[in-house]
Amino acid sequence: MSTNGHRPRNIFNAVACAATLVASVAIAQPRPASAPVAAAAPSVASPTLNAIKARGQLICGVGGDRPGFGFPDARGVMRGFDADVCRSIAAAIFGNPDKVRFVSLTSLTRFPSLQSGEVDIVARFTTWTLTREAQLGLEVPAIHFYDGQGFLVKKKDGIKSAHDLGGASVCFQPGSTGEVNAADFFRANKLEMKPVVIEKMEQMRDAIVSGRCDAYTNDTAQLASFKASIGSAGNDYQVLPEIISKEPLGAFIRKGDQRFFDIVRWTHAAMLNAEEFGMTAANIDKFRNNSNPAIQRFMGETGDLGAALGLDAQWAVNVVKGVGNYAEIYERSIAPLGLPRGLNRLLKDGGIQYAAPMR
Amino acid sequence: MRRVVWQVLAALIVIGVFSWLIGNAQANLGARNVASGFGFLQREAGLPIAEHLIPYTPADSYLRALVVGMLNTLWVAFWGIVLATILGTVIGVARLSKNWLLAKLMSAYVEFFRDLPLLLQLFLWYALLQGLPPVRQAIHPIAGVYLSNRGLSFPVLDWQTAHSWTLLAFILGLIATVISAKRATRKSLDDGRQRATWPTAVLLMAVMPATVVITLGAPFALDMPSPRSFNIRGGVTVSPEFFALLFGLVIYNAAFIAEIVRSGIQSVSHGQIEASRALGLKSSNTLKWIVFPQALRVIVPPLTSQYLNLAKQSSLAVAIGYQDIVSIATTAMNQNGQAVELVAIIMGVYLTISLSISALMNHYNARIALVER
Repeated sequence: MSTNGHRPRNIFNAVACAATLVASVAIAQPRPASAPVAAAAPSVASPTLNAIKARGQLICGVGGDRPGFGFPDARGVMRGFDADVCRSIAAAIFGNPDKVRFVSLTSLTRFPSLQSGEVDIVARFTTWTLTREAQLGLEVPAIHFYDGQGFLVKKKDGIKSAHDLGGASVCFQPGSTGEVNAADFFRANKLEMKPVVIEKMEQMRDAIVSGRCDAYTNDTAQLASFKASIGSAGNDYQVLPEIISKEPLGAFIRKGDQRFFDIVRWTHAAMLNAEEFGMTAANIDKFRNNSNPAIQRFMGETGDLGAALGLDAQWAVNVVKGVGNYAEIYERSIAPLGLPRGLNRLLKDGGIQYAAPMR
Repeated sequence: MRRVVWQVLAALIVIGVFSWLIGNAQANLGARNVASGFGFLQREAGLPIAEHLIPYTPADSYLRALVVGMLNTLWVAFWGIVLATILGTVIGVARLSKNWLLAKLMSAYVEFFRDLPLLLQLFLWYALLQGLPPVRQAIHPIAGVYLSNRGLSFPVLDWQTAHSWTLLAFILGLIATVISAKRATRKSLDDGRQRATWPTAVLLMAVMPATVVITLGAPFALDMPSPRSFNIRGGVTVSPEFFALLFGLVIYNAAFIAEIVRSGIQSVSHGQIEASRALGLKSSNTLKWIVFPQALRVIVPPLTSQYLNLAKQSSLAVAIGYQDIVSIATTAMNQNGQAVELVAIIMGVYLTISLSISALMNHYNARIALVER
C-alpha cells in the first residue's frame, strides 16, 4: 500500500500542492510530441539523466516518516530501504552513493512532484498498478520489494482469521491502495466493516493500542514496522494468515525516458546478481580476477555493459561498493523490523526476486 | 469613458493570463501522458466511508463519494456554527458579568482556548475519547445508552411516515408562531400593551403536532442499540471522530465568538442602558431590546468571518479520521492521480460554502443595519 503517508493537513496544503503542479507544468515548455528515440544506440538522449549529470546529484522523493524504509537518523541522514534504492542509482551514475538529495513527499505530493520534474525518481513504497502507469504518465522500471496486505489484531481478542472480522472496526491510513483493498475484501466476502481512517501514524498508533479499532490493515512490512515501533507491547499483536492483495512496490519515474528507465531497472538487477554471485560491498574487489565470464562482464573487465547504459564501465561495481548487494540492503533496513524475507528471497532460495542476466 | 477602457483592458489581461496558464497546463499534462477531465467521476470509487448522511457503499461512484464528503463537511460545519454561536454568546455575556469569579473564569476560558492551535486541541479531544472503555466494557448509565471508545450510542425513534407528517406540522407551527409573534410585537408598539405570545406558541408547536400524532396513530417504537461481538448495533452512534472534530471546532471558535460578542456589547453606549433603566425596563428586556439590536451591528461582520473560518477549519478532519470532502478527495487523488480536477472540486466546494455563508450573513446584516431617515 505504500501509498499511505501524510495527507495534506488541510485544504491549503492541497491547494498549494496543486498550484505547484499547475505552475511548474505551465511554465515548463511542452515537450516535442515525438521525442527522438534512437534504437539501442549508446547516444540515446535522456533528459532526466542529462539533468542529473548537469546538477551533479540525483533528486529522490522518499516518505521520510517510516523507520526501515525512509527515516532520518540521529544526524539527519536519510536511512532505510527506499533511501538505499536511490543511493544505488546515484552510485551507478556518479560512482558515489552520496550524490543524492532526498525530498520527503506525502502520498498526495509524490506524483505531482515527479510529473512536474521536481524530483527525478520516487522511491516511496508505492504500489505498481495499471492506473498509475497508464494514466499518470509514470512507469515502474523494477519491483524492489514484493509485499501483500494483511491484518493485525490483538492476540487476546481471539480472532483467528480475517473472515471473523465481520462488523469489525478496521483502522487504516488514508490515500492508499490498502484502503480500497480492504473495502474490496469485505465486499467480496459479504462482510460488514466500519472504517476508521487516520492520517498520522502517532494518532493511528494510539487508536490501535487503545482498541478504537479491532484490526489494523496495511502491507505486512508496515505491520512489522508498527509492531517494532511499540517495543515489547508488539508481542500482544498477531498478523492474521490472510494476505488480501499483491503489493509490488517499486520506484516510479516519468514515462518515456527509456535510458533512465534502463539505468533504474539494471541497477536493481545488478544488486540481485551481486547477491547471486556472493559479492558484497566488502569483498567485491576480490572478484576482479575471477575467471567466470559473467563476473568479468559484471565487473566491467570485458564487454560494454556500462557503455550500453551510457555509464562508466565500473558502474555495477560502484553500486555494490556503494550500498552492497540486495541482501545487504535488506539486512540493514528491513530485517531489524523482524520481517522474514519471504517472497523477496532470490529465486534460487525460494523467493521471486529474479536477477535478469547481465550480458 | 477612459475608466471603462481601462476596466475592459484589465479584464482582458486577467482572462488572457488565465487562459494561457490553463492552455499550457493542459498541453503539458497531455505531453506527459497525464489523463485529465472529469470523466472519472462516473467510475466506481471503491473506497470505504464510515459516516454517510445518504446511502453509500464502496460500489458507488466517485461523484457520490465526493457528495458524501461534502455533506459530512456541511454537517459538522452546521452544528459547529450553531453550537459555537450559543456557547460563544453565553461566554461573551458572562465575561461582562458583575460576578467576579464568573467573569474571570470566562476570561481564562477565552485566553486558554484562543491561544492553543486547533490541531493540537483536536488531537487532545481525540486522545481523551480513546481513553473511554472498549465496547465490551461500555459505560451503560441508562437503558439503551452506551458510551465507549466506539462513540456514544443512543436509541432513536423507529421512523414512520406518520412521523414525517408530525414533523411537517411542527415546522408549519413554528413558522406560524414566528409570524404571530411579529404581529403581536407590532400591535404592542401601536397601543403599548404587552401581549403574551406563549399560548399561541403552545397551541401551534405542541398541540397541533400532537393532534397529528394521535390522528395518524404514529407508533412510538424505539430502535435500541445493543452491543455485538465487535461494535454496537442499532440506534444511532455518534463516532468519536465526529465528536472530537465538532467539540474542537465549537470550543475553539466559541472563544473567538465570545470576544466578538463582548466587544459588540461594550460598543453600546452606556447612556442607552441607563436610559432604558430609567424607563423601567427589566435588565433582560434591556439586553433584548436595547443592547443586542445595537450590538449586532458591530457583531455580525466579524461573526461572518468567524463562521467562514469554522467551515474551513473543518478540513482538519483528516487528522483525526473524520471523512470530510478533503479527506475523500485526497484519497481519490491517490487512486486516480487527477490532482488538478480534484483540487478544483475541493476549491469549488469551499468557495460555495463560504460565499453562501457570506451571502446569508450579509443579507442578515443589511436587515439589522441602522436605517437612517
